[in-house]
Amino acid sequence: MRTEIPEEEYMCSGHLACPGCAAALSMRFALKALGEKTIVVIPASCWSIIAGPFPYSSLKVPVLHVAFETGGAIGSGIKAALEMKGDEETTVMVWAGDGGTFDIGLQALSGAAERNEDFIYVCYDNEAYMNTGIQRSSATPYLSWTTTTPVSRPKGNPKKNIIEIMAAHRIPYAATATVAYPEDLVRKLQKAKEKRGFRFIHLLCPCPPGWRIDPELSIKVSRLAVQSKVFPLYEVEDGERYTINLEPKGILVEEYLRLQGRFSHLRDEEIEEIQKNVDREWERLKEFARL
Amino acid sequence: MKKVLTGNQAVAYGVSLARVEVISAYPITPQTTIVEYLAELCADGVLEARFITVESEHSAMASLIGASAAGARTFTATSSHGLALMHEMLHWASGARLPIVMVNVNRALGPPWNIWSDQIDSLSQRDTGWIQFYCENNQEVLDTIIQAYRIAEEVSLPVMVVLDAFFLSHTSEPVEIPEEREVERFLPPYRPKFKLDVKDPHSFYLMTPPEYFQEYRYKIQKAMERAKEVIKEVDALYASNFGRGYGVIEPYLCEDAELILITTGTVTSTSREVIRAMREEGRAVGLLKLRMFRPFPSEELREVLGGVRKVAVIDRNLSPGVGGIFAQEIRAALSEDGASPRLFGFVTGLGGRDIIPELISQAIRYSLEREEPEGRVLWLGMRGEKEVIL
Repeated sequence: MRTEIPEEEYMCSGHLACPGCAAALSMRFALKALGEKTIVVIPASCWSIIAGPFPYSSLKVPVLHVAFETGGAIGSGIKAALEMKGDEETTVMVWAGDGGTFDIGLQALSGAAERNEDFIYVCYDNEAYMNTGIQRSSATPYLSWTTTTPVSRPKGNPKKNIIEIMAAHRIPYAATATVAYPEDLVRKLQKAKEKRGFRFIHLLCPCPPGWRIDPELSIKVSRLAVQSKVFPLYEVEDGERYTINLEPKGILVEEYLRLQGRFSHLRDEEIEEIQKNVDREWERLKEFARL
Repeated sequence: MKKVLTGNQAVAYGVSLARVEVISAYPITPQTTIVEYLAELCADGVLEARFITVESEHSAMASLIGASAAGARTFTATSSHGLALMHEMLHWASGARLPIVMVNVNRALGPPWNIWSDQIDSLSQRDTGWIQFYCENNQEVLDTIIQAYRIAEEVSLPVMVVLDAFFLSHTSEPVEIPEEREVERFLPPYRPKFKLDVKDPHSFYLMTPPEYFQEYRYKIQKAMERAKEVIKEVDALYASNFGRGYGVIEPYLCEDAELILITTGTVTSTSREVIRAMREEGRAVGLLKLRMFRPFPSEELREVLGGVRKVAVIDRNLSPGVGGIFAQEIRAALSEDGASPRLFGFVTGLGGRDIIPELISQAIRYSLEREEPEGRVLWLGMRGEKEVIL
């Protein structure tokens, strides 16, 4: 299903993202989907910088910059105030990185989700602490290089499954999306906007400096992540109803991994192991979607 | 209307009268009943407010930062470890210039576990940019909360209202409850100068380089300096409307005193009795209650203590390696005068130990009998010890 992407722009040129930053492009699409009556909350992350230093702002909507671990709580507070003022039109969107979501912000996020607070929480996931210089987070994939998981001891644990965590809260809506599929991304944010209660969007955002890819490869890599089943596009409604939005071509993960310098140390048998993990997770997801 | 209320009930009445719009809180002994009372008031519709049952104190303060930035009048209450967990957010609230009001029930920090009165929790938040009041009784608690909103919203700084664990939080006293309409007149609805508004979009708290940052801090200092005057004005106005005022400090029998005892919180009430009795015995002693801790009333203290030979301070707190924190602050304030009084710094009552009249008179006698203290930290009421030890 194709969705017309609105023409209105709520993000200006002059922002401070690196060339090829998928997180910047994602914000542009997200705001197109949500429109001008949106308050954006940005916990500490690359976007604390991208939005522009004082006295500039690259966003045309109100922005509240907040501390690292507070996304879930601040979103709750803003929404509570708007409710008390009788404002039912304004959408509150928390825009947090993977560190602020998977790690330090998980407690406040879980609290807000369990209370079913009425706002949209977007995690733009570039799979490491990119703003501080590529340190591993619990969103960093298995065997990836980062500056705290050097190639002599790459990350030894799999990426945390944040959507399953959110689904376990039985929130009205959780979905994955990525910039290679902008219509899907916009549609999911529009769908989220129409729902009430806690809504969670997980965006995979390739990061050229952190993933060791050329900036022009961001879109291609994000497409390969989907097509190799590393990052399937799907939705979970009420924590139970799974819908896979795109049947991947099922290309080998090797094609995805070999484009990225952060995986350049991988031996063939390690790539094989990753392939097995991806296949197993995909079967598991398909099982959820069938139920 | 007069009611018999615990300190925590007085808090709930104060918050209710202030017509708070968003409350966010997490339970911790001995603050818990505040949360319970407020949850009931909200559930019953007596107080038209959103109550956010957050998963931590850190999120309690964070959510109020969001709510206040969106223009709501906000409240939380905590204690001890809860306040310590909030620490980062306390800096954020003041840096963001949000008029959040919080009650802290003074309690010790572990380990070892202790749930009783001790001022180390709030005093550890000294440098976070919050206005701080230490209350002596439940009436003062209720009145100070109402004053706090008017002050906070006038100077755009958060306010912490502090009361002693159990000695106030769980002790019932008669409290005069002001009329709703009169409080509405005294405290009009909150009208923020700036807020999150899709019709007037602004970015808040964004990355600010060295070229601009210092001016932000300068403005907080200026706001604190102005707050001192605003606090006095608000207190005077409150006194004229409701018949009760407290001042930023309160001297008692300080005229011609050779020694002035300085106290905070509930120990002030006990000390007032001791001082009165000692005056009757002919001893030239006075009492000074410190109510406002931030901004620190340096000039006001110097005015009262200027010609006095000796000052004794009772601290229900300890900054290890220094001693009592109030003594430290008072020393600093007095050092700006040429002939500053000799200061005797007593530490006692930690973790809720009773500060009985005998201990207070022991401290006063010790100070009267000596030209100078035998150490910078004088320990009072130690187990098995009859005298002050070093």
